[in-house]
Amino acid sequence: MNYVPNMNRRSFLTSAAAVGGGLALGIDLPFGPNEAGAQTAAPELGVWVVIKPDDSVVVRVVRHEMGQGTVTGLAQLVAEELEADWSKVTIEHPTPGESVKRKRAWGSFSTGGSRGIRESHEYVRQGGASARMMLIQAAANEWKVPAGEITADKGVLTHKASNRTTTYGKVADAAAKLPVPEKPALKDPKDWKIAGKPLQRFNTVDKVMGKQVYGADLKFPGMLNATIKECPVFGGKVKSFDGAKVAGMKGVKKVLQVGDTAVAVVADTWWQAKVALDALPIVWDEGPNAKVSSASIAEMLKEGLSAEQGFVGNQNGDAKAAIASAAKKVEAVYSYPYQNHAPMEPMNATARYTADKCEVWVPTQDAEASFAAVLAASGLPADKCEVYQIDLGGGFGRRGAFQDYVHQAVRIAKEMPGTHIKLLWSREEDMAQGRYHPIMMAKLTGALDKDNNLTGLHIRLSGQSILASVRPQVVEQEKGRDPLTFQGLFQTGEHSFSYTIPNLLIDHAMRNPHVTPGFWRGVNINQNAIFMECFMDELAQAAGQDELEFRRKLLGNHPRNLAALNAVAEKIGWGKPAPAGIFRGLAHMKAFNAYVAGAAEVSVEGGKLKVHRIVAASDPTYAVNPAQIERQVAGSFVYGLSALYYQECTVKDGRIVETNFDTYDSMRIAQMPKVESIIIQSGGNGPWGGIGEPTICVAAPAVMNAYFKATGKRIRSFPLKNHDIPVA
Amino acid sequence: MVALTINGQAHNIDVDPTTPLLWVIREQAGLTGTKYGCGIAQCGACTVHVDGLAVRSCSMPVSDAAGKKITTIEGLAQGGVLTKVQQAWVNNDVPQCGYCQCGMIMAVSALLAEKPKPTDKDIDDTITNICRCGTFQQVREAIHAAANA
Repeated sequence: MNYVPNMNRRSFLTSAAAVGGGLALGIDLPFGPNEAGAQTAAPELGVWVVIKPDDSVVVRVVRHEMGQGTVTGLAQLVAEELEADWSKVTIEHPTPGESVKRKRAWGSFSTGGSRGIRESHEYVRQGGASARMMLIQAAANEWKVPAGEITADKGVLTHKASNRTTTYGKVADAAAKLPVPEKPALKDPKDWKIAGKPLQRFNTVDKVMGKQVYGADLKFPGMLNATIKECPVFGGKVKSFDGAKVAGMKGVKKVLQVGDTAVAVVADTWWQAKVALDALPIVWDEGPNAKVSSASIAEMLKEGLSAEQGFVGNQNGDAKAAIASAAKKVEAVYSYPYQNHAPMEPMNATARYTADKCEVWVPTQDAEASFAAVLAASGLPADKCEVYQIDLGGGFGRRGAFQDYVHQAVRIAKEMPGTHIKLLWSREEDMAQGRYHPIMMAKLTGALDKDNNLTGLHIRLSGQSILASVRPQVVEQEKGRDPLTFQGLFQTGEHSFSYTIPNLLIDHAMRNPHVTPGFWRGVNINQNAIFMECFMDELAQAAGQDELEFRRKLLGNHPRNLAALNAVAEKIGWGKPAPAGIFRGLAHMKAFNAYVAGAAEVSVEGGKLKVHRIVAASDPTYAVNPAQIERQVAGSFVYGLSALYYQECTVKDGRIVETNFDTYDSMRIAQMPKVESIIIQSGGNGPWGGIGEPTICVAAPAVMNAYFKATGKRIRSFPLKNHDIPVA
Repeated sequence: MVALTINGQAHNIDVDPTTPLLWVIREQAGLTGTKYGCGIAQCGACTVHVDGLAVRSCSMPVSDAAGKKITTIEGLAQGGVLTKVQQAWVNNDVPQCGYCQCGMIMAVSALLAEKPKPTDKDIDDTITNICRCGTFQQVREAIHAAANA
């Protein structure tokens, strides 16, 4: 998809979840004049901090909040360097329009790939530190003392020698006139007082009182409500629709085609729009994909498992020769299905269009991508467009790169100039028009020598590339390869492979069905961790060795992976007797530059699986908020295990079969295991790791490895509901 | 015209009587704390109390609620003072995105009204709301905290 409008502009590149540094996301935005335009009418100290006369501190955050705690964490980092009084800190979100005017002063807005904190911590901390230095200098100028003699703490400036104090609010005006120090020194994290602490999120009281306003809740005077149906067969179009049949229904204001592919109804209320859309006769031109089914897709992928050609993601030695001369050969084929994000809040956007201005209010994981969509759909220049980010009712990757609902909302609003149009998808539309977790198969072949050492491994992946569909320019640069496919298995980078195996080949036969793929929490680590870590258990068992010891021998070159694995093994009690009927399994991976491991305890009674405990270890280098990390880890297991147990989007007649939570179930509290989280802070000056996604991938293989211990049955395709394995 | 009492306030609403209670609460009464998640009584984001019982309002025609006492999330706190359940939610920093939490709190409030000290099994059997962020560990802790407050 290309949302770049046809305009004269300079372009910039935002580096995205780099796999081996090879991936970049291109969004074209125009740069306007370099003009200030602070949105808060109070002194601005650099671009990140505003101090008001009443001493309250406004921290600017451009990354988005969808429950993952990123906004709180970033505010903690700024407040730490600022030496602010945390009780006086609030946040505000600059808009993409302001960002364009100010030459992108706040950097990337993109909140995906677990990047929110790890890719901006340095410059936001510098923003806080610079503001503190400006406040100190302003006090020094006023008191005519050296700045070095003034200390700052909790928003108070003190000159001990002369026994003078003042507050940030009192000197903010003078400080704002000073130059912004560049590259200020940052505090050693061991001295943190606000960052690193388990502080609570913003907005919780509003959330429990029903006062938090989500995109779906927006109200404007005269606003109309819209809902939409896009051709359920991906790639299909609208052939015709009989708008007259529903135009007279109560509340209906307009029935219209949106682009080539969709039809919308606009009404006074959303319910009226939905009832009318359900009643509207639409004929689709379904195109050539209408014959595709899950079975035909499986055939396509199976062929890839033994195809000659594959893009190489990781290679050393000669794996095929090692396998050919192995004393023992172990082989297994795994598969992983399509899955939908299904955030609780369905896709939505509210748009108002006039010839002079197009504004959009949207829960988004990347307000700049939303802005680019507004430009493209409205046809207006950047200085006449604006996007206001709304906290999300869940994102999980669906609301970042893909702004289809923004395009739709603007196109509808353009037909009804001057009126706010709130477009809200039904759950059924959300399920039918996903950007699905890609489908993948893997054939894994391992070679053991006569002493049961692992001498060779070949992993052949066969299945869908996300980037071929979403960022084709990256795949082009890579000469056809999608480096993201190899997350957790790649040669180098933030998703690098952790085992040292003398002969290794990991390659990918790219097979791209017509179903639209996307970035789904964890992205390709979900299936790659299952393939790799379940197969490691299969290899250890074929070698007659303990699964932990077998892994440890191969992890000598990767001490942080090993440390995470050892941490969960110790805490779960690996090597010690388990309670009667309880069985254990392990898994680990490096993902989004974090080192993560999981260990599960399960029982299987009467065929029913029960996960009692999962121990998780994460090493993200530094922990900005341990309480939010624990919640993200536990939450990632709910997301990952819901997928393992229940979730598959199947394809029939070219469209997705599962249309709601009755056929696409999600874990409830009864299935929730006790999660015990270990946070490892390795520290140092290296890159930080992510939090929201990495641990998601270790839950499923840890549970499945324990399931095998309990039953002797190795499950290699998912979800478990397809094997009639209920979960207690 | 349907006569409804929502959070103690009487409403006379001109609406198709087959309209789900959820949408009348959101669109006619203007109370948006009650959320749309699935529309088929699966997820529980739309949970309200009808005569004190937890009901998934997306699947109840508004006509069935006529004359009954409806309480939404906005009707829990009185004079800005949070209920024990809401306070436990705040103390345990339960919500992540928060979208499902109003429904979750309404379901839990109904459970505690019936069983002031629920066991884990009571919770498992009664609280079947979907939370895609996966807050269940904190939800369970907060339920016990509210029961013991």
